[in-house]
Amino acid sequence: MSEAEILSAPLVLEYPFKRTVGPVQSAFLTGLREGMVLGVRAEDGRVLCPPVEYDPVTSAELTELVELPATGRVTTWSWEPAPRAGQPLDHPFAWALVQIDGADTGLLHALDAGSPDEVTTGMRVRVRWNDEREGAITDIACFEPAGDEEGGQ
Amino acid sequence: MRDVAVVAFAQSHHVRREQARNEVEMVMPVLHQVKTELGIDQSQIDFTCSGSTDYLAGSAFSFVMTLDGVGASPPISESHVEMDAAWALYEAWVKIQTGAADTALVYGYGKSSPGALRDVLSRQLDPYYLGPLWPDSVALAALQARACLDGGVTTVEEMAEIAARSRRAAADNPFAQLQGSDDPAVLLKEAEIAAPLRRHDCPPITDGAAAIVLAAGDRARELTDAPAWIRGIDHRIEAHSLGVRDLTTSPSTALAAARSGVADAPVELAELHAPFTHQEVIVRTALGLGGDVTVNPSGGPLAANPLIAGGLIRIGEAARRVSSGEAGRAVAHATSGPCLQQNLVCVLEGERGH
Amino acid sequence: MSDLVLPEALRGVEPVRSIRTPARLEYTFTAGQATSRFLRGISRKKILGERCGVCGKVILPPRGSCPNDGVPTSEQVELPDRGIVTTFCVVNVKFSGSAMELPYVCATVVPDGSDMGLFGMVQEIPFDQIRMGMRVEAVWVDDDDLTHDLASIKWWRPTGEPDADYESYREHV
Repeated sequence: MSEAEILSAPLVLEYPFKRTVGPVQSAFLTGLREGMVLGVRAEDGRVLCPPVEYDPVTSAELTELVELPATGRVTTWSWEPAPRAGQPLDHPFAWALVQIDGADTGLLHALDAGSPDEVTTGMRVRVRWNDEREGAITDIACFEPAGDEEGGQ
Repeated sequence: MRDVAVVAFAQSHHVRREQARNEVEMVMPVLHQVKTELGIDQSQIDFTCSGSTDYLAGSAFSFVMTLDGVGASPPISESHVEMDAAWALYEAWVKIQTGAADTALVYGYGKSSPGALRDVLSRQLDPYYLGPLWPDSVALAALQARACLDGGVTTVEEMAEIAARSRRAAADNPFAQLQGSDDPAVLLKEAEIAAPLRRHDCPPITDGAAAIVLAAGDRARELTDAPAWIRGIDHRIEAHSLGVRDLTTSPSTALAAARSGVADAPVELAELHAPFTHQEVIVRTALGLGGDVTVNPSGGPLAANPLIAGGLIRIGEAARRVSSGEAGRAVAHATSGPCLQQNLVCVLEGERGH
Repeated sequence: MSDLVLPEALRGVEPVRSIRTPARLEYTFTAGQATSRFLRGISRKKILGERCGVCGKVILPPRGSCPNDGVPTSEQVELPDRGIVTTFCVVNVKFSGSAMELPYVCATVVPDGSDMGLFGMVQEIPFDQIRMGMRVEAVWVDDDDLTHDLASIKWWRPTGEPDADYESYREHV
């Protein structure tokens, strides 16, 4: 049988998932909706942002929420020259792990920087909020360069 | 512990798009090849274990369809993992250790061509904080590469050398998808596709399959003159969230290496499942391999990277070279998940006294 | 309950309880060799099974291997578009995407000479008169509407022949 005789057909799969959130996730996402960034304190004293329900080392239930500023610094980044469907921005941007000021871990999001020449590891960034927020990670539209205008650590 | 060996290995001719065959038609030839090589049929296989992933196949419980290529009548003892088939091999090894089986057929397959692999792989991520952003697999690997470059773990020159070395080695591998390479200096003139990654730093997208037969002790010696004995095997997983990990190291690989006894004797050859160039440096370091160890003589995942089968192929390639006498002691490594999240290490040796 | 203490600013507001995370993935599937052969037959109103060289059974619809023996099937066997209802069910629940009027009957129909059945609907008879062993024939769509799709068989309808004896098809139930 030649390749030309092989049949093919399109298939689209859609998963309309609705997921229940845990108490820590709920607090974080409610915070985002209200324009606030929250972390959670782990048993070893580190502040995790985004916060998780259980300690990544000891698996203990975590309960101490920490209010954080909407600023941070880039710990590593890559450049997305051709954004794909569903990604935060429709023009080229950087993916970045952002360590929010006061947190000890990184949050992955888009960084709207214009060009890869404008991005450096360690650069300061701040949250650009979506105007309409519903309680989701996408309430953060992206991060944007913050220059040296705010303190940090 | 029972002595368990790889006694047969087969893989498909890896291609970007396997247009003419569906999954079972792609997998069946490698299943037949390992059994024919050993002169056995399915009735002499005590346990069958496969790896595949439904999101790639686009249907639920898709592995059941591929079982049509195994022959499940009378009913067989069977299991399945939704990850690289190296983990299916681990399950089969455990099954043999329990004494419930003396032989096992392990196989894995990945047909990435029907869908968009970068989108499909984004569905393995945390659905609360990561999934809604649709970060793709190359972008995440690029974050890791940047951390490695910033941290002095590797250089773009070393990454290009790994790419060139791998694809040149693949020229001798008739199953490889990409064979041969420009000089590293030429590769570095190419534009970045997901800075800091260039095209040569990324694995090809591959359709392919592989199968291995394991056997215990004397049964292995009956089946082949040259069993490749598994002297140690272990796998470990790290936290899912990239932001809590140090992406420049692989503590899970290091721990799996320690528990499988990699350092107990010199290693001559390593087949490493490091799909992106910078990951080879991380894995090599975590395994504690010296500069004298031959790495990925098959070309490795940079020359052909069928999802799910890629890790199992590393074990097969290492075993093949141990069986042929090319190496007395070899290490195989497999990975699954984003940025080397989970890692499996397997130490293989030929018959002692060889 | 968690003893989580919310920041003051969040205490009076409605908490987020769930998120929607829709995912859409697009594929283009290849049918492979055996299924392509079968579906090309369907588009010509032919039901083509494939015989296993080991057990001799006729596999339908063929996917490239004998599920019993794990070997490729290659001998094509043209089957008549009539056979036996080996089992059926009456559907009383509306499934999304289905325009069928309730209740309707889904059945496994084993064409004469086949060892496996096709899934389809039985029509042109009241649903409560359908029975195991009933002889049926395919009702194809108009020639202009034939496609590489089992939907080319609109449904199966009774032929009026006497029912098959259970012993004659018990292996195929």
